[in-house]
Amino acid sequence: MKKRLVSAFLVAAMAMGTLAGCGGGNGGSDSDTQGGGSASSSDEGKIINIYCFNDELKTRVNAVYSKVDKVSDDGSTTYLTDGTEIHWVQNPNQDGVYQQKLDEALGNQATASDDDKVDMFVAEVDYITKYTDAEIDVAIPLEELGINPDTDLADQYEFTKTIGSDINGVQRATTWQCCPGLLVYRRDIAQDVFGTDDPEAIGEKTKDWDTLAATAEELKAKGYYVLSSYADTFRLYSNAIPEAWVSSGSTTVRVDQKLLDWVNDSKEWLDAGYFDPSVSGQWNSDWYTAMAPESKVFSFLFPAWGIDTQIKENCPDEGLWGVTTPPQTFNWGGTFVLGARGSDDEEHIKEIMLELTADSDNLVKISQDYLDFTNTVTEMDKAAEDDANFSSSYLGGQNPFAYYAPAAKEVKMAPLSTYDQGCVELFQNAFGDYLQGTIDYDKAKENFETAILERYPDLTDVQWPE
Amino acid sequence: MKHKKVNYSKWGYIFILPFFVCFFIFSFIPLLDTIRYSFYEYYRSGLKEIGPTFIGLENYKSLLQSDMLKYAANTFILWIIGFIPQIVIALLLASWFVDARMKIRGKQFFKVVIYLPNLIMASAFAMLFFAIFAKTGPINGILESIGVIQKPIDFMRTTLGTRSLIGIMNFLMWFGNTTIMLMAAIMGISPDIFEASELDGCNSRQRFFRITLPLIRPILAYTLITSIIGGLQMYDVPQILTNGQGSPDRTSMTLIMFLNSHLKSRNYGMAGALSVYLFIVSAILCFIVYRMLNPKEESR
Repeated sequence: MKKRLVSAFLVAAMAMGTLAGCGGGNGGSDSDTQGGGSASSSDEGKIINIYCFNDELKTRVNAVYSKVDKVSDDGSTTYLTDGTEIHWVQNPNQDGVYQQKLDEALGNQATASDDDKVDMFVAEVDYITKYTDAEIDVAIPLEELGINPDTDLADQYEFTKTIGSDINGVQRATTWQCCPGLLVYRRDIAQDVFGTDDPEAIGEKTKDWDTLAATAEELKAKGYYVLSSYADTFRLYSNAIPEAWVSSGSTTVRVDQKLLDWVNDSKEWLDAGYFDPSVSGQWNSDWYTAMAPESKVFSFLFPAWGIDTQIKENCPDEGLWGVTTPPQTFNWGGTFVLGARGSDDEEHIKEIMLELTADSDNLVKISQDYLDFTNTVTEMDKAAEDDANFSSSYLGGQNPFAYYAPAAKEVKMAPLSTYDQGCVELFQNAFGDYLQGTIDYDKAKENFETAILERYPDLTDVQWPE
Repeated sequence: MKHKKVNYSKWGYIFILPFFVCFFIFSFIPLLDTIRYSFYEYYRSGLKEIGPTFIGLENYKSLLQSDMLKYAANTFILWIIGFIPQIVIALLLASWFVDARMKIRGKQFFKVVIYLPNLIMASAFAMLFFAIFAKTGPINGILESIGVIQKPIDFMRTTLGTRSLIGIMNFLMWFGNTTIMLMAAIMGISPDIFEASELDGCNSRQRFFRITLPLIRPILAYTLITSIIGGLQMYDVPQILTNGQGSPDRTSMTLIMFLNSHLKSRNYGMAGALSVYLFIVSAILCFIVYRMLNPKEESR
């Protein structure tokens, strides 16, 4: 009997152990602040740790920062001419991994040794408010670094400065890129249906929602779809909301009428057969298939990075695509650079920020080499006129900057809140089920409420428009 | 001269010590912490830390008011869909493989093949299924081209489709493992019994139900218990297949996915409470199954 008790205890202990793995073990993984590779000589000379989620910033800094001497073979370390090393700490954006690691490191900032501290990090528009928050103060205001936004960053687009500022208007983040979106269309389909693929003529057919609906009807008659799915138009509506999802100090999610308009319009267009029925959502294989040359989808709504990283990946043939006016101006994404409070390399942070985001020669170089639409009003206006240097063979010789530049000036960013990422993601999810016909409208509302309150325990309720 | 008795049991304890030390530090203390935090309000909003403040049983109450029971039902359904074919096929294969009369060739080869799916990472397996059952994926392509269906089926958008896919994946991953375990159990039965039964004119069905099945009951109990615990913790397959959303309409949201969505906001209090619920449920289930399969223990 005694043996039985002992063995029963052991079994119970093991069962508890397996369960504990899912409860307790998730939060505590420590972050690897050494970028790996050749970190052995780190005793002398300063180290700049930069947290990022892809190699976008790395390639651009390596390309334009004047002090760059050489890059290690595995790319994890950049050596500067003054003996300083930049260590790139890269974690994927998917499923919040990057933010988790970054938050962990920022939390340890006070106790970490100088060489292990985060010095710079990047943030996307969807969650930047989390880091520019005045009260939390993890990002150094630019003025403290010795950058005067009014003079040093005078040539940047105004809305990027707004995004990078905290609630008191103190700018804490800056960016080299600007992401006004355009309508990217298939030239061969345009030829087939409208008899022309001229961006101006097509632009007349896509300039606003009503015109686009009429165009969709024409496309449908020939067996084409105007857009791949309702998810493609979501940004255009959600960027136009007049007030933030959650206003500061409140714990109520306010769903704007514009978002319900998106649901209703999407339903209408879906029922009318304007969208490709095989595509639901974005970032999945069906969506990528819709970008392939044999697809029947006429257009996508994308900023510059979308053409370079999404369409080109799925449709490498040159000359198939063109860009033109979208039905509504919008901004999608943008990677911002921030200096981390507690850093011991403020001088380098200042230099990198200025050379990367305020030096017009460098920005023009980035635009030419990486097709980014960069954050300089005067140079982009020049690029819009300069067909010789800025036309793209991928877009059939068209100069896309002629469309980006005016669009960027018209972008009005919706006010941001810390909860945006979850709101945007969960809203699309809940109503995606409704649009697919799985659940009814009220159930979708209910599901959104459940999901959002689950994600953010400090929110208390959801308010729907009358 | 007195013989000094060598105490070997001391060495036994020393050999198992490393496990218990590790267990104590890495499992037992975090476990107690999980239980402790379940009575606290403790989460992060953005980078702000809220708590920990003691709130008693609030977390447990609000969990009961949430959709937790619905997710528990989802988890159970998903587990059953996978487990029934898993145990049936495994029993069948195991009894065929060990049956001396069937003379199956290449047993070793088949054992390896049926075990292989278990070696693939569940997440990779789910991604694979996601791709081949996509609306524009190969399965729809094949079905359409041979004329079985007119329009592509959107597997991932229907409750039945998603649940079946998850069930099939779990079945494929685990039936090999179960088969091998059951084979070992059947081979442990003394051949004398089988011979004796044959002399008494027992047919193969009787042999299976009257001899094999009762004699491998302890292993069956073990399979059931581990599968229940595994099923309660079902996470990776539905998480990857539905992108963490349990779509459509949250019908394939399992308990651990629910737990994970609390951990996105570092809600240690709520997640702790959920873990405690899970622990209680699995303890009860294990106890019931154990009793069910070992009724004789009572009389001893």
